[in-house]
Amino acid sequence: MGRFWSLLFLLVPVLGVASFAVAPLYNHWLPRDISQHGHVIDHLFYFILWLTGAVFVATEVVLFWFLWRYDSKGHTNPVKYTHGSHSLEIIWTIVPMAILLFIAIYQMNAWAASKIDNPAAGPDGIFGTADDMRPTLEVTARQFEWRLRYPGLKAEGRLGDPDDIFVVNDLHLPVNEEILIDLKSADVLHSFFLPNMRVKQDAVPGMKIPVWFRATETGQFDIVCAELCGWGHYKMKGRVTVESREDFDKWLERKYREQETTQDPQLAEKKDSSE
Amino acid sequence: MTSITLDSHGHGDAHHPAHAGSFLSTYVFSKDHKVIGIQFLFSTLIWFLIGGLLALGIRWQVAWPWSGMPVIGKMLFSGEGGQISPEFYTVLFTMHASIMIFFVIIPILAGAFGNFLIPLMIGADDMAFPTLNMLSYWFMWPAFIAMGSSFFVEGGAAKGGWTSYPPLSLTDWNGQTLWLIGLTFVGVSSMMGSVNYLTTIIQMRAPGMTMFRLPMTIWAMFITAVLQAFALPVLTAAGFMQLTDRLLGTGFFIPDGWTAGNSPIASGGGQPLLWQHLFWFYSHPAVYIMILPAMGMVSDIISCFSRKPLFGYKPMVYSIAGIAGLGFIVWGHHMFVSGMNPWLGMTFMVSTMMIALPSAIKVFNWLGTVWGGNIRFTTPMLFALSFVSMFIIGGLSGIFMAATPVDIFIHDTYFIVAHFHYVLFAGTAMGVFGAIYFWYPKMFGRMMNDQWGKLHFLLTFLFLNGTFFTMHILGVVGFPRRLADPYHYETFRHLQPLNAFMTWCAIGMVGSQVIFIANFMLSMFFGPRAGRNPWHANGLEWFAPSPPGHGNFDMQPIVYRGPYEYGSPEVDTDYYPQTQPPPEKKHADTPATSPEPAVAH
Repeated sequence: MGRFWSLLFLLVPVLGVASFAVAPLYNHWLPRDISQHGHVIDHLFYFILWLTGAVFVATEVVLFWFLWRYDSKGHTNPVKYTHGSHSLEIIWTIVPMAILLFIAIYQMNAWAASKIDNPAAGPDGIFGTADDMRPTLEVTARQFEWRLRYPGLKAEGRLGDPDDIFVVNDLHLPVNEEILIDLKSADVLHSFFLPNMRVKQDAVPGMKIPVWFRATETGQFDIVCAELCGWGHYKMKGRVTVESREDFDKWLERKYREQETTQDPQLAEKKDSSE
Repeated sequence: MTSITLDSHGHGDAHHPAHAGSFLSTYVFSKDHKVIGIQFLFSTLIWFLIGGLLALGIRWQVAWPWSGMPVIGKMLFSGEGGQISPEFYTVLFTMHASIMIFFVIIPILAGAFGNFLIPLMIGADDMAFPTLNMLSYWFMWPAFIAMGSSFFVEGGAAKGGWTSYPPLSLTDWNGQTLWLIGLTFVGVSSMMGSVNYLTTIIQMRAPGMTMFRLPMTIWAMFITAVLQAFALPVLTAAGFMQLTDRLLGTGFFIPDGWTAGNSPIASGGGQPLLWQHLFWFYSHPAVYIMILPAMGMVSDIISCFSRKPLFGYKPMVYSIAGIAGLGFIVWGHHMFVSGMNPWLGMTFMVSTMMIALPSAIKVFNWLGTVWGGNIRFTTPMLFALSFVSMFIIGGLSGIFMAATPVDIFIHDTYFIVAHFHYVLFAGTAMGVFGAIYFWYPKMFGRMMNDQWGKLHFLLTFLFLNGTFFTMHILGVVGFPRRLADPYHYETFRHLQPLNAFMTWCAIGMVGSQVIFIANFMLSMFFGPRAGRNPWHANGLEWFAPSPPGHGNFDMQPIVYRGPYEYGSPEVDTDYYPQTQPPPEKKHADTPATSPEPAVAH
C-alpha cells in the first residue's frame, strides 16, 4: 500500500502542473491586458509562478521519492538516526531568504508605478494636488452603482463646477492617454476593479484616493466591484469603453448636451448655435 | 502512584473515585482537562459539520446561481421558491467563515487538543487553573447561542463578511450585534485558555522535562498561547468599539457626515480603515493561531511513523517563534489596496516576504524527517503527510499575494480563497484529522478503524484538491469572491462549468465525512481496545493509561530525554520513551545520555 500512497502524493505535482498548463488553452487565464503598466504586473506574476512552480514540483517530488523509497514494507535498512544537520539548516535558510529578498526588491518599482508615483502629485506628495495634471473624472461608488463625474466643457473644465457631467456605470475613456481618477465612496466600502487594466483600488468613505493608468486598446470591458458592499454587491457592474480621442470627445459632448438641455435650455441653445 | 500536585484544585479530588455519583461534575461541569478537551472536540466537530453545510450552500449558488436547491431548497428558502436570495448568500459566506474560524479551527486546536494534550504531554496531572479551564469551555456557549440564534432574528445573521468591515457592518442588522457579542465571548474563552496553557507549560512540567525536551505540539501550543494573549485584546477592544458604534452612536469607524441606507446619521470623525488595522492586527496572528498547533501535532505524528527523530528540532522551535514574532508586523498585507498609504504597503510587503522563510524551513525539516525513515502509512501518518504536501501549496501561493503589484490583480479574487483554504482546510483540518486518529486511542481507550480511516483520507484528499486547487485558476482569471452571481460579468461567464465541477467535488468532500463520523462514533464502542501505547510512540501521554484516569498518571513520569528518540542505537526497540530510564542506571541524569538535538551544537 505504501507504493499506492506514494503515487497519490505524486499526483499532487503532476495534476497541479497539468491544470495550470491546460487552463490557458481554455481561456481560463489572465484576462487580456490592455493597459500600459499591466504587462509589468503580468511579468511579475509569471516570474513568481515559475519560481514557486519549480519549488512546488521539487519539494513534492522529493516528498514522493522519500515516501516511495523509505516505505517500511519495501526496505529493511535501519533508519538514519539523525537529529538534523547544521549546514543543511543554514543552506535552506539563506537560499530562500535571498530569493524572497530578491522578489521583494524586484517588485518595488511596479508597485510604485501603480500606487505611489501619482501623476498629479508634486515631487513630495503621495496624495498631492499639484496642478500639473487634473483628474480625468471622479468615480463615486455607492450601493450598487458607479457614479461618474466628468468636468464640464465650459471654461475652467474643473471637477466640482456646476457644469460637471454625470454618468452612471458607463465609463468612457480615451485610449493611450494617462487617466487619473479620484475615487470616492458615498456609503460603504467598494473596490474599483478593472480586470483588463490590472487596476484595483478600494473606495473608502471619507477618503479621496487617486487611481491612474493608461489604456492602450479600444473596446468594451467590465468594471467589477471587488469589495463586499451589501446584498447587491454582485450586480454592481459597470462598463468601460475605451475609444479614440475623437469618439471620446463626441461622447462627452453628447452627454454634456443631453444634460444641459434638461437643466438649462438657454445654455443648450447657445451651445447649439455656436457649433 | 499519583500523590503529587493534585493540590491545585482541591485535595478532595486526589482520590479519583470521589467523583462517583455526580454525573454533572464529571461530564458536564468538569474541571478535568481531558473532559474539557473532549467537550471542545465534540462541540467543534458539530460546528464543523454546520460550517461545511453552509459552504455547500455557497458552492451551490456560485455554480448554479438562482436555481432551486433540490429537495432541501423548498424547505429552507420557501419564500424565494427554493432559491438562495442574494441577501442569504452574504449570510452564508459570512457565517461559514465565522463558524469555521471562531467555532471550529481555533477552539479545536487550542480548546480540544491544547486541553487534552498539554498536561498529558508535559507530565502534569491537570491544568494549572482547572476552574478557569472549565469556564473557558462554558464561555463558548453564549457565543454558540448568540451566533446560532442570529440566523433566526429579524434581518438574519451577520452579512458583512467574517471581516465585518465598517461601514457596511454598521448598517442596521441585529445579526451583526449578535455576531459581535459572540466574538467577545469567544475572545474571553480563548484568553482564559491561553493564560492557563502558558502557566501550565511553564510551571507544571514533570521532573526532567526541560523546555527543549517538549514535543513540538507543546511548543506550538505555547507560542500560540503567547500570540493569543497579546493579539486578542486588540480584537476584543475593536469588537467593543464596533458594538458602541452600532448601539451608542460613537463614531470610531465612521467618517464625518456619513450616512447610508436607513441607518441614522452618525457622529462621525472616525475612519473605516481603523477597523481594518485593528481587526488584522489580531486576525493576522490568528492565522498562525490556526496553523501552528497543527504544525506541532503533525511534526509529532510524522516523526512517530517515520520511526526517526524529528529533523532539526531546535530550528523547528525557532521557526515557530519566528513566525509568531513576524506575525505581528505583517497585518497590513491584507490592506494593500485598501487605501492605506502605499509606502506602508511596501514595508508590509517586505515583512510578509520574510515570514515565508520560517514556513519554508519547517517544510524542509519535515522532508528531512521522512528521509531515511521507516515509514508506516497509517491513517494519522497519511493525514500528516498530506498536511505537508498541501501546506507547500498554501505557502507558495501566499507569495503571489505578498507581491504587492500582483496582489492588485488577485486581491479579493478566488486566488486568496484558494490560498487560505489550502492553509486552513488542506493544512490545518487535515492535520486535525490526523491528530484525531492519532490520539483517539488515548482519548477513548479504543482504536479507530484504519481501513475506513484510509478511505476517509483518500476521498477527502482527492475532493479537497478538486475543490480548492481549481480556485487558483479562477483567481488567475480575476474571479472575485463573495459574488452571488459572478456570471453577471462577461469576463467570468465562461467559468461556470469549472465552478460546477468544484461544487460536485465539494459535495463529495462533505459527503465523505460521513465515513469519518461513523468511524468516530462506532469506534468509541466497538473499536479494538488500545493499550497504553498503541503506536509505540515516545511521548509522556503514552505512559498514562488509555484513557487516563483523573490525575492522568498512575506512576509519576520522570523524563530522561527528548520526545523524538526513534531508532536510537541505545536500545533494541525502535522507540525510546521519554520515561524509560537509560540502560545503565548510574548515568541516569548525566547529560551524556540525554540526547540533545545534534543541530544545537
